[in-house]
Amino acid sequence: MAEVVTRQFVPASQAAVKDAQLRQALRRAGTGFDGTRREAIEEVTPGVWEQWRVQARRIKEHTIGHLDYYLEMLERNVTAAGGRVHFAVDAEQANAIVSEIARANGVWTVTKSKSMVSEELGLNHVLEAQGIDVFETDLGEYIIQLADETPSHLVAPALHKTRGQVAQLFADQLGVPYSDDIEEMARIARVVLRQKFLDADMGISGANFLVAETGSLVIITNEGNGRLCTSAPRVHVGLAGMEKVIPSLQDLAVFLRLLPRSATGQRITSYMSMVTGPRRSEDEDGPEEFHLVIVDNGRSRLLADPALRESLYCIRCGACLNVCPVYQRVGGHAYGWVYPGPIGSIVTPGLVGVGQAKDLPNASTLCGACRDACPVQINIPRMLLHLRHNIAEGPEQYEGTGSDTESLLARGFASVMSSPRLLNIGRRIGRRLLAPIAKGGVLGPTRIPLVSRWTRARDLPIPAPRSFSEVWRDELAGQQSNRSGD
Amino acid sequence: MSQPQPIRASLFVTCIVDQLYPEVGVSVVRVLRKAGVDVDFPEGQTCCGQPLYNSGFTVEARRLAERTLDILDDRGYVVVPSGSCGAMMRVFYLDLFADDPEMLARANDLSHRIYEFTEFLSDVVGYEPRTVGAANGGTTVAYHPSCHLLREMEVKEAPQGLLDAAPGVERVELPDAEQCCGFGGTFAVKYPHISEEMLADKVAAATASGADTLTACDMGCLMHIGGAVSRQGLPLRVRHIAQVLDSGAG
Repeated sequence: MAEVVTRQFVPASQAAVKDAQLRQALRRAGTGFDGTRREAIEEVTPGVWEQWRVQARRIKEHTIGHLDYYLEMLERNVTAAGGRVHFAVDAEQANAIVSEIARANGVWTVTKSKSMVSEELGLNHVLEAQGIDVFETDLGEYIIQLADETPSHLVAPALHKTRGQVAQLFADQLGVPYSDDIEEMARIARVVLRQKFLDADMGISGANFLVAETGSLVIITNEGNGRLCTSAPRVHVGLAGMEKVIPSLQDLAVFLRLLPRSATGQRITSYMSMVTGPRRSEDEDGPEEFHLVIVDNGRSRLLADPALRESLYCIRCGACLNVCPVYQRVGGHAYGWVYPGPIGSIVTPGLVGVGQAKDLPNASTLCGACRDACPVQINIPRMLLHLRHNIAEGPEQYEGTGSDTESLLARGFASVMSSPRLLNIGRRIGRRLLAPIAKGGVLGPTRIPLVSRWTRARDLPIPAPRSFSEVWRDELAGQQSNRSGD
Repeated sequence: MSQPQPIRASLFVTCIVDQLYPEVGVSVVRVLRKAGVDVDFPEGQTCCGQPLYNSGFTVEARRLAERTLDILDDRGYVVVPSGSCGAMMRVFYLDLFADDPEMLARANDLSHRIYEFTEFLSDVVGYEPRTVGAANGGTTVAYHPSCHLLREMEVKEAPQGLLDAAPGVERVELPDAEQCCGFGGTFAVKYPHISEEMLADKVAAATASGADTLTACDMGCLMHIGGAVSRQGLPLRVRHIAQVLDSGAG
């Protein structure tokens, strides 16, 4: 499995907010994607966008609610089309399955189209350790592969890189003259990758959707690389999380409307490929073997928890990242694993264990922009709250994740707030202690523990001389309502 | 205009106003009264439990929610000058007591009669601010829609409508208004480095708006934004919307 560094969220995000180049890249991409997304939604007939969201959500609710049924149907229909389905419980097993397929077919060169699941599995390194050359063919993925980095965004994996950084990377890694002209950089990548497509023995793809009734794997790309990966090599291996299944082609339609608009603001994607089994005798091309590896790797845990189940409705459009004020400041890598941003803050703790990812659900203001943007209406803030609850005082598997200090403070707060008398005594003591060091009724920079984390950038008002309750009692209670107003 | 029966409402003032900003509570009462509302202030109220709930401490949050319900049961309309406390009581109490039918019924009852201050003035009272009387001098105001008011209580038009109708108030657009200010309760002290980045953008937007006053319906957000404005010595007034509507508060 890909390395998990979620424990480093605080130092990583501290470094990220100071990184001017990252900020510039995030600003450009985030506002760009979100702007085109909003425009694409606005041109849809009023009300229809909401109908699509509801429809998509119902399809996901239904399918995830009957996942065993649809996975069996999928397996049956993939097999009937001449393909083979493998179920992998965890990353290790998934990697072993793909490695074995490669070994059995004498594979030495692999081309890949974009697959977040393969990032999750850390598959490239496993294959490379066996002497297999692996080439990412999505331009963004190719860039981060050259840089030996991980994706920082669900849709745009190299979003954290500025144009100049990519130009330098190409010059260093490919030995081409430095050029930061985007067309030229794309041309360079195309020349390199074209040969790999011709050389590859095996193509690996992700899956945006798996259609149970036809046994089809659906991938959506803008570069056409997915089509080459799935049709040119002798063997095609599709990788998918088990939540990707939908019942029918009819159900696919609404997602084809929602996904491109939500991801990049496109009305329609440039390429949509549907793969149903290997090449048939009458086909001119296509792979001789088709394997579909369906990965659990912790998804069963999300499925089993009614409060977190809807995280499996995610179609990985990235809209929640583009609107998230936290993601927009810290970027994807700070989240410490494959899935960043609001949805990553649910999925990552679910898949790697909340014990080592407890910052993720907490590092949110619960502003709710993600829920508004989500094409499947996933209630992300609600799930963040649920995870926080599990961390603070939740069931067995989460025990030991909370902080004792915080729990003590919470109990103290509740006790004071349970007694108006205590609260008023507290206010008077607080005012008496703080008044001598306050200026103009506010506290400036201070070394008081905890308080200093507020006052490092903001002044803090000190408690009022009289509470509102006292003002009410002394002055307001007896007065009459002034109904006419003048 | 004749009004047969004054509308009666109980004020839940919020602990932050009670302890730190009593003058905001005074403006709330004054505006409600000028709008013809018979205001009552139930004794013993403190915190609705939201800070605890948002930090995951539901056991402790229930303690405070239960005593808040004790205080607000059978009170008719409840008005709260905060979108985030309002959201806690209207929306999240229902989650908090989802597995306790008796408490859930009480929470559900409250959720149907609790209103944020501007929402109440606009939707229940049908208040037109011109009845306040002339404002002293003109003021340009930028409105920051706080996240929970906007996205949990879904109150969007009411505050802007009241500001637009208020005499002497010129509302100017706040750039990227619906971006969170970075407060987020304990978030501001748990992750200050992120919170401060969001805050800096909000303060820059308020400055760019050209307004002399920044307003919102939540003292939490305003304490956060105002804290930076005061630290940086910026020429911007930061005031709760009740203070803007309450011409008498100067």
